[in-house]
Amino acid sequence: MKKWIALLTILPGIGSLTVVNKIEPYIFGLPFIVFWSTLWLILTSVCLLVCNVIYDRKEQNNE
Amino acid sequence: MNSSIFIIGLTLAFAIYLGIRARKGRDMKLEQWAVAERNFGSLIMFVLMAGEMFSTFVFLGASGGAYRMGGPTIYVFCALTYVIPFWILPPVWRYAKKNNLITQSDFFAQKYQSKNLGLLVAIIGVISMIPYIVLQLKGFQIIVSEASYGAIPPKIAVWIGLIAVTIFVYISGIHGSAWTAVLKDILMLTVILFLGFYLPYHYYGGIQPMFETLDKAKPGFLLMPDKGLSISWYVSISITIALGQYMWPHCFGASLSSKSETALRKNTAILPLYQIVLVFILFIGFTAVLKIPNLEGTASDLALFKIAKESLPTWFIGVIGSAGLLAALIPCSLLILTASTLLSKNIFKHFKPNTSDQKLAKLTRIFVPIIALISLFFTFYGGNTMIALLTMAYSFVLQLFPPLAFSLLKRNPISKIGASAGMIVGVAIVAYQTLEGTTMATMFPSAPHFIQDLDIGVVAITVNTVIMLAFSLFTKKVSVIQEDHISQASNL
Repeated sequence: MKKWIALLTILPGIGSLTVVNKIEPYIFGLPFIVFWSTLWLILTSVCLLVCNVIYDRKEQNNE
Repeated sequence: MNSSIFIIGLTLAFAIYLGIRARKGRDMKLEQWAVAERNFGSLIMFVLMAGEMFSTFVFLGASGGAYRMGGPTIYVFCALTYVIPFWILPPVWRYAKKNNLITQSDFFAQKYQSKNLGLLVAIIGVISMIPYIVLQLKGFQIIVSEASYGAIPPKIAVWIGLIAVTIFVYISGIHGSAWTAVLKDILMLTVILFLGFYLPYHYYGGIQPMFETLDKAKPGFLLMPDKGLSISWYVSISITIALGQYMWPHCFGASLSSKSETALRKNTAILPLYQIVLVFILFIGFTAVLKIPNLEGTASDLALFKIAKESLPTWFIGVIGSAGLLAALIPCSLLILTASTLLSKNIFKHFKPNTSDQKLAKLTRIFVPIIALISLFFTFYGGNTMIALLTMAYSFVLQLFPPLAFSLLKRNPISKIGASAGMIVGVAIVAYQTLEGTTMATMFPSAPHFIQDLDIGVVAITVNTVIMLAFSLFTKKVSVIQEDHISQASNL
């Protein structure tokens, strides 16, 4: 279980370091390179929040 | 007096009021003054952590960067920056709480059972923080004189700003920074979101048309080039920032004031979302590229103000100025607070170990105006070398990462000698490289581009780690009692 949670946070790390170096296609008015790096900001937040919820639940169980 | 100056003055007065009021009903012992007795909840931690990140660099530097560098500027919002603290801050916080530690230097000294190592860390920290404060003050100069349309002379502006910060740091400590950070965040968010939407629509009729026009006028500007600011550069600078960000003593220190681990984790999880603000700042810089051409070198940092002045009324420039002013002062207050705590608790006390706690608390606050004055001196007489020094400082604090990361392991393979040797070598490499003006490209002229484009911080931290491990093989590890602490602290 613990390993899977770690994966959730490593994934965005790798994702945010991968750069898709092209302009087309535009998504939401952003060149693809800008869209891609913005997308990972959102995905990272989601992953970390999920992670945090799992941790909190685990802590409560332990108490 | 125009409406812009009036608004800036009002904001500054309100910030000072909030800063002083924050003290109300608190007895300012050192632990209260520096880390608020570890009692900050989620919301206030959020503005505090965001407060130290979103400084004048973001305001002037990121928009100027987009103007100057184009596409590669996306490095300013790499999400990886918050994945690292998500893992390291909770165990650090837990350990600090258990052992009543209030500074980064305390943490190293305790983990490695070595006061000398603590001293080394404190010295690296203070040396790195001074250029950071100076940069904030330089930004403050630009912001106030631009926003007042030149009516307030830069030198007077810096004096006023610095006195304001000194007063509320002296009186309220970290509480002052936290409360003014709330005001700052509201103002900055409003201003940046507005400008980021308004300017592209005003000049180009939308965000996509803005990018399309820019791409047509300057093909390749929005992409990473094959060499120089290449993908390899992007990856290495992102790693430098991600590992180094929370090694800044003020970021490290502020995170200790959290009430709980959950508050810390929740905040590092939300901060990437908050970074979307930076995307909007890039829009501002990109809009300026074709509309305000010919800003060269450091003048490109004026991109935001130049383009705003072209299209917006005076009073709104005042609002932008107010947001910028707070963006300089809040990080400044945290930096000064941390630097004075390090100076008194970890440097002064190291040489005079029998100083009483009461005297130490008093001394820390006396260091506040002293550091303010030193920074002021460098702001006026340091010239532009300070900017080069800041780049160096970023790579300096990065060298603290390996010994910290290893100390969180259940069984720390690193000895105090190994940790010190690694850090000293890492810092020396960075210092040599900065002072001699060499880069990876000049040192290894025949190496492939992806190696030449590497950020020096990554190179130094690698050498640092190797040296640290090598020295640790032959020297004594931290005692067994210590390991007991470690295993509890890293038990995630």
